[in-house]
Amino acid sequence: MARIDLVDLAHSYGGNSADLESFALKPISMTWRQGGAYALLGPSGCGKTTLLNLISGIVTPSRGKILFDGVDITPLSTQKRNIAQVFQFPVIYDTMTVGQNLAFPLRNRGVPRGEIDARVAEIAKLLDLTPYLARKATRLTADAKQKISLGRGLVRSDVAAVLFDEPLTVIDPELKWQLRSKLKALHRDLDLTMIYVTHDQTEALTFADTVVVMHDGRVVQSGTPAELFDKPEHTFVGYFIGSPGMNIVPAEVSGREARIDGHIIALNRSYDALPAAAKIEIGVRPEFVDVAPTAPGLLSADIERIDDLGRVRFARVRIGDAKFAARVPPGFSIPGKTAGLIFDPSHVHVYADSRLVEGTL
Amino acid sequence: MDKTINQKAWFLVLPVFLVVAFSAILPLMTVVNYSMQDTFGNNQFFWNGVGWFKELLDPSTDLGGRFFASLWRNLFFSAVILAIEVPLGIVVALSMPRDGWTVAACLVTLALPLLIPWNVVGTIWQIFGRPDIGLLGYALNSIGINYNYVSNELDAWATVIVMDVWHWTSLVALLCYAGLKSIPDAYYQAAQIDGASRWAVFTAIQLPKMNRVLLIAVLLRFMDSFMIYTEPFVVTGGGPGNSTTFISIELVKIALGQFDLGKAAALSLVYNLIIIIVCWVFYTVMTNAGADRQANKGVA
Repeated sequence: MARIDLVDLAHSYGGNSADLESFALKPISMTWRQGGAYALLGPSGCGKTTLLNLISGIVTPSRGKILFDGVDITPLSTQKRNIAQVFQFPVIYDTMTVGQNLAFPLRNRGVPRGEIDARVAEIAKLLDLTPYLARKATRLTADAKQKISLGRGLVRSDVAAVLFDEPLTVIDPELKWQLRSKLKALHRDLDLTMIYVTHDQTEALTFADTVVVMHDGRVVQSGTPAELFDKPEHTFVGYFIGSPGMNIVPAEVSGREARIDGHIIALNRSYDALPAAAKIEIGVRPEFVDVAPTAPGLLSADIERIDDLGRVRFARVRIGDAKFAARVPPGFSIPGKTAGLIFDPSHVHVYADSRLVEGTL
Repeated sequence: MDKTINQKAWFLVLPVFLVVAFSAILPLMTVVNYSMQDTFGNNQFFWNGVGWFKELLDPSTDLGGRFFASLWRNLFFSAVILAIEVPLGIVVALSMPRDGWTVAACLVTLALPLLIPWNVVGTIWQIFGRPDIGLLGYALNSIGINYNYVSNELDAWATVIVMDVWHWTSLVALLCYAGLKSIPDAYYQAAQIDGASRWAVFTAIQLPKMNRVLLIAVLLRFMDSFMIYTEPFVVTGGGPGNSTTFISIELVKIALGQFDLGKAAALSLVYNLIIIIVCWVFYTVMTNAGADRQANKGVA
């Protein structure tokens, strides 16, 4: 159990070069609170697994430091760090029973026999593995195997953090829910720091109280699920989180007005000091744009198709060349090929070079 | 719905059947035929029933005695080379690099002995071990070890065993290396996190993951060493005395040396049967292990 600090941590698989842009993980500094449930969210190749392997010590960083409770553990080997890690594919030791699998990390550390048995029994109970303890681990299903991998991490009472590297990839969808709630419950009961890597936003948003979104080796935003939804700090967060993702459209912004295609959209805040050379875009989630009959003063769009998601319907429309998604209000029938769009000004954000710009009230 | 009955399919099998008949079944039947008869040359044969088989399986007769002596000798030889080559092959595979250009260099070097014809291997070691001009024999004798594979049984055995180890350990090593390469990195990383020692990694991960290739390696090496002929024939000619006369050498002596076609035929049939039985046992063990794994996958 520990607080984990990353100090100017960066990594390049090609060795430490001067060219920071080529790094798999660009320098980051952040703190992981003791007992927090974190999710590292991002597409494949964004550096999230690299970050995880740096924390567990499987990969040694090109630069920067990792502190556990203020102690620099960067030079320590994986064995010496008190870290548990669960991998994408279940790792079990073929020749051992479930019980022996769970006992393996303790036996390797020379823990006395009685203590091992007690600890294994306790963890098996937590993970509902007690009936299988005497069975050969190879004969179990993928989710049971993944629970064993997890159990091997939890069986050590002194782990600083438990790291998950997309642990539910090979699990059947209905079991995913069960296993995820199990993880949530374990997190509450054991007061452990858990870091969960995934590219699945549902997994990240349901598991974590803090979601760290990564893109191209950088952390672009970290915050609660609500913060990521309401106020994406980067256009990437906008369209990566949410389904469908945020609409991002180039616009001319001045004062309290944004101009798209000659139409004016009102903004809640005033944006006067926008950088001149930057690419200016506005972003608004489809949930905050309604389709309406065309009317003067409304931005009009060509309707391409309607996606009926059951509880809500989204219209896929086109404004000039830009694709756009908007909510179709309940009971509203589509008048024809074109429709007007009504924006909720409090949820229209302005981005300069993909980064959120805070306007003034 | 009734099954369509179409006997025409038999005609399609016919060509293969003919090829197999001429290449395997007919020659084998000739051997069966010989094994039931006796001949004094001139292509004259006399019916002997199962007489040769009775004699062969009775250690008190000359034929039986020679057969069993060479059989035990051969089994002992196979046991010794397996006991050396399998652990040595594993050690070599474990110490090979996992990536980089050195991998290719190691693989080529290891494969070299496998590419040398049996006869040449025999000749190399025959010369290498000679006390007068051979590097090994001369060196051993000049440091005071009285080594001579022509006159000393122990030296002859040592030479034949070292030669086989030199020739075939690479095969075991290459198979094991392939087995090791197929282990995902996550296993090693998990073992690191679980604090496993080098030995624990070997017994808990590497050895269990290698057991299939090891079975194949053991099978191949057993069959090959059980049928060994050329190398000991070239080096020691089965001597000194009969000390390195393995089954196939004995067989050739009886068939071509003494021209006892009946005895030789009976011996080759029994020899063949032993090999088939051992193969069958190995095959059953291997497919059972495989089926086990398949069943697990089905559950997962």
